[in-house]
Amino acid sequence: MKVTCKIWRQESADSKGNFKSYETDGLTEDMSFLEALDHLNEILVLKNERVVAFEYDCREGICGQCGVFINGRAHGPHDHVTTCQLHMRSFKDGDTIVIEPWRANAFPILKDLMVDRSAFDRIIEQGGFITAKTGTAPEANAILISKEVSDKSMDAAACIGCGACVATCKNASAALFTSAKINHLNSLPQGRPEAHKRVLEMTQQMQLEGFGSCTYTGACEVECPAEISISNIAEMNARYLKAKLLS
Amino acid sequence: MKLNSKIPEGKLEEKWRNYQANSHLINPTNKKKLNVIVVGSGLAGAGAAATLAELGYDVQCFCYQDSARRAHSVAAQGGINAAKNYQHDGDSVWRMFYDTLKGGDFRSREANTYRLAELSAPLIDHFVQQGVPFAREYGGVLVNRSFGGVQVQRTFYARGQTGQQLLMAAYSQLYKMIRAKKVDMLPRHEMLDLVVINGKAKGIIVRDLTDGTIKRYAADAVVLATGGYSRVFRLSTLAIGCNGSAIWKAHKRGAYFAAPSFTQIHPTALPQSSDAQSKLTLMSESLRNDGRIWVPTKKDDARKANEIPEDERDYYLERRYPAFGNLAPRDIASRAAKERIDAGHGVGPLKNGVYLDFKNAIDRLGLDTIEDRYGNLFKMYRKITGINAYEKPMLISPAAHFSMGGLWVDYELMTTIPGLYAIGECNYSDHGANRLGANSLLQASIDGYFILPNTINNYLQTELAEERPNVDHPEFERVEDDVKEHIAKMMAINGSRTVDDFHRALGKVMWQECAMSRNRAGLEKAIIQIKNIKKEFWSEVKVTGSEAELNPELEKALRLADFIELAILMCVDALQREESAGAHFREEYQTKDGEALRNDADFMYVSAWEYNTGNFKLHKEELKFEYVEPTVRSYK
Ligand SMILES: Cc1cc2nc3c(=O)[nH]c(=O)nc-3n(C[C@H](O)[C@H](O)[C@H](O)COP(=O)(O)OP(=O)(O)OC[C@H]3O[C@@H](n4cnc5c(N)ncnc54)[C@H](O)[C@@H]3O)c2cc1C
Ligand code: FES
Repeated sequence: MKVTCKIWRQESADSKGNFKSYETDGLTEDMSFLEALDHLNEILVLKNERVVAFEYDCREGICGQCGVFINGRAHGPHDHVTTCQLHMRSFKDGDTIVIEPWRANAFPILKDLMVDRSAFDRIIEQGGFITAKTGTAPEANAILISKEVSDKSMDAAACIGCGACVATCKNASAALFTSAKINHLNSLPQGRPEAHKRVLEMTQQMQLEGFGSCTYTGACEVECPAEISISNIAEMNARYLKAKLLS
Repeated sequence: MKLNSKIPEGKLEEKWRNYQANSHLINPTNKKKLNVIVVGSGLAGAGAAATLAELGYDVQCFCYQDSARRAHSVAAQGGINAAKNYQHDGDSVWRMFYDTLKGGDFRSREANTYRLAELSAPLIDHFVQQGVPFAREYGGVLVNRSFGGVQVQRTFYARGQTGQQLLMAAYSQLYKMIRAKKVDMLPRHEMLDLVVINGKAKGIIVRDLTDGTIKRYAADAVVLATGGYSRVFRLSTLAIGCNGSAIWKAHKRGAYFAAPSFTQIHPTALPQSSDAQSKLTLMSESLRNDGRIWVPTKKDDARKANEIPEDERDYYLERRYPAFGNLAPRDIASRAAKERIDAGHGVGPLKNGVYLDFKNAIDRLGLDTIEDRYGNLFKMYRKITGINAYEKPMLISPAAHFSMGGLWVDYELMTTIPGLYAIGECNYSDHGANRLGANSLLQASIDGYFILPNTINNYLQTELAEERPNVDHPEFERVEDDVKEHIAKMMAINGSRTVDDFHRALGKVMWQECAMSRNRAGLEKAIIQIKNIKKEFWSEVKVTGSEAELNPELEKALRLADFIELAILMCVDALQREESAGAHFREEYQTKDGEALRNDADFMYVSAWEYNTGNFKLHKEELKFEYVEPTVRSYK
């Protein structure tokens, strides 16, 4: 299988980037998309060129480190699939594949296809935790949590922090990411004492980082590999209003 | 140096309590003056960093990924064990201790293993408090399931994402302490060497991966929590960046390496489909609770799975191990699969797999139940293979998965270098020659949350009187120069082969000779082959770009150079251990029906290797079993 990869190349954060095309031969349908990029990089090394910098670690859809725009879609042509779980059988021989980094003000480009998503960590820093020290926990079954509540919390907790929601949103909003963490914790009894503070501080940080506001286009939930539902955003907004009123 | 395991006095059940009662404390004002480096932000590292910070120490925490949340603990699917006995099925700390010791084929310390079981229950309490949404019954209590190698239900889980949920809790707690300005988090920083001053660990040299700068960090103690090294096989269930570099460099600076060849091959990963493949995806072992493993009784059977009638299927685990069946421990299940595949019964396009079949379970429990239990795993299977496993059996195959081996540590988790600790998967502590499923999230977590924060005081209180560590010390300069020279040498080679090409070559040798079954001739040959790979690597590797920039190719090359050296030690260790124990199966030492033949008379010890400028020297820590009589490990 042979494809043309049109890839965004940018040397560093403050240099200008541009697209470069690479004819890439010797691929097979069973290769993952990232393995195809590995293959291209081996070719580049042997031609004495710099490799394409792209992100990955687990390569099994759970760490959230991978993520590029492929032919205009975050993580490529399928819904709810990370870049590392995309396979070349999703493309045809002779295709041209356009590959770009996430684009958002809050995610500055580091190099080629790599961006800086530390803004997400700073949102978590503003309350995406339960304040309790190691060693202070009561017996686990002393806190009863119904299966429904626990399952709902887990649905939100499944977020992998890849940033596809931001990248795909025309406003570059981080509402899906932020709401997932808020709803994970605020729906559990353990998270309740800090519920109001959490929603106020995390949403404030989201704005400080330069993410846009949500206009409910629903684009994010289509791409989200963890299938976080957009209803989380509505729930976060309700929690926000309540917290504002009560604080 | 004589190895001192520092096992506390007293009865087994009292050792940890005795230890705590007698260990030194440091008052809060003094804690503020001490700083600790934690390398790694997985369950072990993040747990330790957050807890040490809560106690008042200043902490610097490092990881190579772009965020602490991506450590490979995130990928654990199946669950975490704890002796809560919630299911009222006869579980207890003692039973869990015994299962773990036996599962490890009696090659770990009784005292450590007991402590692992003892601290398991409070750990679940801890994670619930931190907001982990574990699976629950309708009534609101926690659910358990069983996992390979045991007969009780003691595994707690959060769908198929247990590791992710535990790591998110640890990461959150870490960020709570970052906000409190007690932890300085340095993602995209890779440790490349250890600084030892007057025989004590005093700091590290790291490379800032974003621009290639080499930096020095000094501390009163250094904690390594860098995870497993199974990427030495190249194809494994680990993340691509997982490496052995930090512990290997520590080894070269004086830390003994224990049982390097004890590596676990997991029975249920997806089979390799080509040479270009970069990793093997694990299908959680929990699938073996309801799935049945089989191969066709006929060799080279070309029929589709569903066309093969019941009486022409060999459920070989159920046949060979009737008591445990499909839940036989990993080493045994992997070896049994290899045996069938080698005998020509393998299935799939490359004949390198076996079937994992859910038909019976779906008939018995209904599709909904199976979907509820394993839905995301089936989805993942479909994403990767394009196959619907509700209709056709899954294809699975063994894959390198976990390193029981690691830096030798005493009861306090300190290595042979004073002030250097190793926690989580990167040490050799509780699992012996084979780790039981769902025991390593547990080990990583209790090492980080509960044990290290209690033991490190004992060392740090002696450091209070010492001079504060300082990066201007000449030793920092010397080690930094070593690192820079190493990198410059690599960049200057400009040969004709890629890093991946060398990694594939190394992986093939290791998988062939130092994985599920080993023999003298093969290992001797492997050592020669790996030495050749090393020579070739240092004359023919090609790394483009420069060292003074973000350079993923250089990162890979640096990790591989260390893997190559580690691989030699793994083979040396496997060769020296002339017995079969747990995951270490030497073909020369087996029973008539192909089971592992342990040799307690000659090998009842932990092998701790000293680097000794590459002429590895063996030290033995004799294992004494005072409470449990080592038996032949049988799952029949
Ligand atoms: C696919 C898979 C599934 C598993 N499932 C289970 C399960 O169900 N139950 C169970 O109990 N166990 C399971 N395990 C095992 C378990 O997940 C691991 O043993 C455990 O999570 C290891 O935790 P850790 O903190 O020691 O290391 P990791 O989580 O791997 O963390 C290592 C950390 O070290 C950092 N690091 C590494 N090298 C360097 C360096 N040179 N410089 C700076 N930082 C560095 C990394 O960035 C990372 O932060 C599974 C393992 C795998 C691979
Ligand atoms: S590499 Fe981990 S999610 Fe893709």
